[in-house]
Amino acid sequence: MLTTEIVVIGGGPAGMNSALAAASQGAEVTLLDRNWELGGQLVKQTHKFFGSENQFAGERGIDIAEILSERVHDNSRITVRKNSSVLGIYHDGVLTFEQDDKYKKLTSRQTVVATGAAEKFLSFTNNDLPGVYGAGAVQTLMNQQGVLPGKNVLIIGAGNIGLIVAYQLLQAGVSVEAIIEALPEIGGYEVHRDKIKRMGVPILTSHSIKKAYGEERVEGAIIGEIDSSWSFIDGTKKDFKADVICLAVGLSPLIDLLHPLGLEISYVPNLGGLAPKRDEYLETTISGYFVAGDCAGVEEASSAMMEGNIAGLSAANSIGYKKSFQEKFRNNRDELRKLREGETAKEVRAGLGEVRL
Amino acid sequence: MRINNHPILDQKKEEEEEITFTFEGKELKGFKGETVAAALIANGVRVFRRSTKDNRPRGLFCAIGNCSSCLMKVDGESNVRTCMKRLEEGMEVQRQEGEGEI
Amino acid sequence: MTEEKTEIERSLTDDLLPSVERRKEGPYALCECHQRIPCNPCLTSCPTGAVSLDSINDTPEVDFDKCAGCKQCVSACPGLACFVIDETYSTDSALVTIPYEFLPLPEEGETVNGLDRKGNFVKEVTVKNIDSFSDNGKTKVITVIVPQEAVHQIRNIEIREENHG
Repeated sequence: MLTTEIVVIGGGPAGMNSALAAASQGAEVTLLDRNWELGGQLVKQTHKFFGSENQFAGERGIDIAEILSERVHDNSRITVRKNSSVLGIYHDGVLTFEQDDKYKKLTSRQTVVATGAAEKFLSFTNNDLPGVYGAGAVQTLMNQQGVLPGKNVLIIGAGNIGLIVAYQLLQAGVSVEAIIEALPEIGGYEVHRDKIKRMGVPILTSHSIKKAYGEERVEGAIIGEIDSSWSFIDGTKKDFKADVICLAVGLSPLIDLLHPLGLEISYVPNLGGLAPKRDEYLETTISGYFVAGDCAGVEEASSAMMEGNIAGLSAANSIGYKKSFQEKFRNNRDELRKLREGETAKEVRAGLGEVRL
Repeated sequence: MRINNHPILDQKKEEEEEITFTFEGKELKGFKGETVAAALIANGVRVFRRSTKDNRPRGLFCAIGNCSSCLMKVDGESNVRTCMKRLEEGMEVQRQEGEGEI
Repeated sequence: MTEEKTEIERSLTDDLLPSVERRKEGPYALCECHQRIPCNPCLTSCPTGAVSLDSINDTPEVDFDKCAGCKQCVSACPGLACFVIDETYSTDSALVTIPYEFLPLPEEGETVNGLDRKGNFVKEVTVKNIDSFSDNGKTKVITVIVPQEAVHQIRNIEIREENHG
């Protein structure tokens, strides 16, 4: 049985910051991640991030991943275990995981869950055809593996992810046929939209996909305009030839590991789905279990980093590492509040109101 | 189907070791350490397995180990998540039919 | 094709542009960032303190008396929304500086297609120079010579295939 003071599950922006924050207070931390490198989704984000200096504004996600990962690896209080998939957390506090095909157990005094989010799926005819990819898969293939997902792409969803993936596809030399968005307005930032509009990519709002077609793989898609009750409008059908259909229809928090422990959750569409209830220190209704980042409610990487700091500091504080805790906590909380003050974070603010204890 | 020139990403492929693996018995080239799924996509392979119920073609979907769309038979072992499995010299990769053999 | 029916095309308004006198004095920055998002590299990158944001969610305001048109913000803006305009280049021509993150890169002196905010072709333009500042030079900062009348229209370029096989 392995032991540690604080275990952090997930090595993305929230998890790495949690580990660093807890270690900076003096705690001994174990960071578990299922991938062979730390960074979570940062490792495939080639665009520059928003936010302020404290969230590495102006740096690209790929570079932030490297900076944070180096800090984590250089920290003698943090033990990093990569290739480690957590399998379960039990009522007696034992956590089990698989590392390099070996089954291992770990106990800790505090747990920070920073497991991120999963991509949502969309219902349409032939949505299981090879060539229908999640937006994250397109990014993984292109930006992490250096492989083109296809030649002509139709993107479904004009939130930030859809807009960013469109730009990244263009940078890789792939043709983006169009981005379609079911809502009457795009959901992503205007500056992301403007970047791809300048490249001549059409954005079709109030449009949805009816079906994908192709023999054994995607060859095209039928799309159409939808009315306010989400029904297709007759005579608006369009046929797009594409070998890739990229779904960018949102994310939902990955909080499965904590469900068996019986934590209180709430269905909050503004946060992406089932989100854990938590106090201002990001502790859930199960004492000693904290959440940070997208698994606590889908937001931006910048807020995930701030939440990571808060969860890490709080977890360390509750086992006696109290070094200027209140001051550090307040600074991070205030910074996070500022990030969420804008009009683009309106839904997030409303959603958070439903899960705050 | 590989990216050789990218305005942001550094070109790593040249330093990486090119290796040979097989897909359905056919020899293909890939790079050591990339995922099996990426190597297949780079070689134009789209159908990774057939579904259990209706025998429908399935390929890569999430690429980060969340879904089960890319399960294949690798070196005789069924249900391998090829988006997480890293490619090695001589690997034998096969399409998986249905649930695979355990 | 119904393209974003609800969107009101934002044109440059007088309150975004500097005064007529200032425009005749030399280069100035235009931050085409109209939505309140949490972001501030335009402010932190500006060496003359010309950009102000009351809070991180504010849209940037440029003090054109302080702005030297140095192009740092063009390189730093994560949204690629900052441009530098120089209407004093010549009687007929002006300079537009844009961020550019694509390959192949044009060469100095090369003719490229000047595109508007929607990617529509406006005019052939000439690349004057290519700079790179922050970010290991990955965001290129390209200045093109454009006709005076297109200075508030051209915001992107497209390589002409005949120049790059």
